Amino acid sequence: MRRSAVRDLLIGAVVLAALVLLPVLWPSKALIDFVIRGAALALFATSLNLLVGYGGLVSFGHGMFFGVGAYSFGLLMQRTGMPIPVAFVVTIVVTAAVALLVGAICVRLKEIYFAFLTLAFQMFLHSLIILWVPLTGGDQGLLGGIPRPPFFGIDLGDQRQLYIAACVLLVAGLLLMRHIVESPFGFTLRMIRDNAARTGFLGVEIFRIKLVAFVLAGVFAGIGGVIMSLFVSGAYPEFAYWTMSGEGIFMIMLGGITTFLGPTIGTVILLLLNDFVTRFTEHHGLMLGAIILLFALGLRRGITDFLVDHWRRTRTPAATRRGH
Amino acid sequence: MDLSSLANCLGSPACVVTQVTSGLIIGMLLFLVAAGLTLIFGVLKVINFTHGAFYMLGAYFALTIFQLTGSYVATLLGAALATALVGLAFERFFMSRVYGQNILMQLLVCYGFILIFDDSVKIIWGPEFKSMGMPSTFQVPPLFIAGGVVPPFYLFLVGVTVAIGIALWLVIERTRFGKTVRAAAHNPSMVSALGVNTGILYGLVFALGGLLAGFAGALAAPVRSLTPGMGFSILIESFIVTVIGGMGSIVGAFVGSLLIGLIRTFGSVGFPLFTEGLMYLFMVVVLIAKPTGLFGKEVA
Repeated sequence: MRRSAVRDLLIGAVVLAALVLLPVLWPSKALIDFVIRGAALALFATSLNLLVGYGGLVSFGHGMFFGVGAYSFGLLMQRTGMPIPVAFVVTIVVTAAVALLVGAICVRLKEIYFAFLTLAFQMFLHSLIILWVPLTGGDQGLLGGIPRPPFFGIDLGDQRQLYIAACVLLVAGLLLMRHIVESPFGFTLRMIRDNAARTGFLGVEIFRIKLVAFVLAGVFAGIGGVIMSLFVSGAYPEFAYWTMSGEGIFMIMLGGITTFLGPTIGTVILLLLNDFVTRFTEHHGLMLGAIILLFALGLRRGITDFLVDHWRRTRTPAATRRGH
Repeated sequence: MDLSSLANCLGSPACVVTQVTSGLIIGMLLFLVAAGLTLIFGVLKVINFTHGAFYMLGAYFALTIFQLTGSYVATLLGAALATALVGLAFERFFMSRVYGQNILMQLLVCYGFILIFDDSVKIIWGPEFKSMGMPSTFQVPPLFIAGGVVPPFYLFLVGVTVAIGIALWLVIERTRFGKTVRAAAHNPSMVSALGVNTGILYGLVFALGGLLAGFAGALAAPVRSLTPGMGFSILIESFIVTVIGGMGSIVGAFVGSLLIGLIRTFGSVGFPLFTEGLMYLFMVVVLIAKPTGLFGKEVA
């Protein structure tokens, strides 16, 4: 095993332990809700960054997999009554299949056309959800709650146990994605981002690598959707709407796309920002818009990108500095 | 799905006329917005996500100018000019700072402004639905064409838009300004080396885009209800139009707008819940078959 992998596992274990202990030290329903929502969205944002940050594939339609995950899990639980772990695995298979189908068509296109095609697929899926009322409940969403039969002595109907499950899924998901981006596959993906033609000359099958990345990212977004559907006990068309993808892009841009944990930090910032801004002003848009502009025009990059740049600059002697 | 009512409608001239005219109205408004979007993309290679907000501002400017002056001509011109100024300022002060950066950074700046514009409209004009009302010139009995009802304002709207479309095409294809714009789209650094101030040129292109979107907003004000956030749906639709027609192509924007207008009106008869789905399906098909759009040129 790589030494860095051992380090990642250790960090993951420590973070998980801290998260599990957190509500014991600070029992608050708001905190538990915040972390569960955060776990769902952080998985979603980090998976989007697999495409955007590591693959240079700017997807405007990533929310569709969040929606597919939430809806397939919700429907499987409502209609088939299968145990939660089985439904979870089936959901992953379904999400992967949808991602494979959509990805096979989309990743052939470049840049802005890729972005628009993913957006179009997402909106098409959203229209299907609205249209197919008998299955999906249309614009009302999946109502009636998602049954959560206990398994292995775990009862996800209990908010505390759901909290622990969400934390485990978050840490495990992040570790897996970390492993993916640090693997030879991850480096091939970065190489394609930086120079696709040259990578092609080396004999790499670009289409296949991009497609695998698209499917992997879709699956992790789907897992985020599962957590969200468990949290709200339902699934809504908004999960598959373009605003979901927009929020994902917003989170990774806030946190930073060049560091692995940037999207997670961006998720926390956006959630805090939303809570904070709605609490203190009715002019929600004005405030949020101004903060966004501050980031985009002031920092010109995400928080972690800025910090890493700053750290590198202060550590590097002026003479060897490049860029900036 | 309601294919029988679609068949019934296609069988009755009155229904066809009604649907075609409302399709034309949607298409013409869409064209004015999409033309600016496609022009800005063609020249600056940026996607102006605030373009829907420009349309909204145009409509609200129109509301105020019409209430103050009562003249619809002044309303059209004033709203278009005011929105053009907003476009110019937005480009010079903000958008020009993120050229050449990650497209997501441009998206972020635009998103920030969409939020600010929407909220400002809410503060200035209020969050509730507003309507401007039909100017008195057009408060005349509707025309009947083959049994279909056609309000005179619709004819005016279509006529003006077609005239603007032709004028825009002539400006881009036949004037010195248009030639510079096309040259800048092709090779900005060469154009700049030849002594053209590309900064001002970019500002003017944004102003022209704002002019068209503001004009569209003023044309829409008598027939649409005004809400903060009304820019979102037209933004998404004009994306579809520019992608279908080909990014950067005015002719493509015109054809795309008409197609989307007709898909929307006839789709709402045949597939009431799936009208949007139809548009996206169409977009997917075009992107797969010809990623550069129906009238787009291959870009290097």
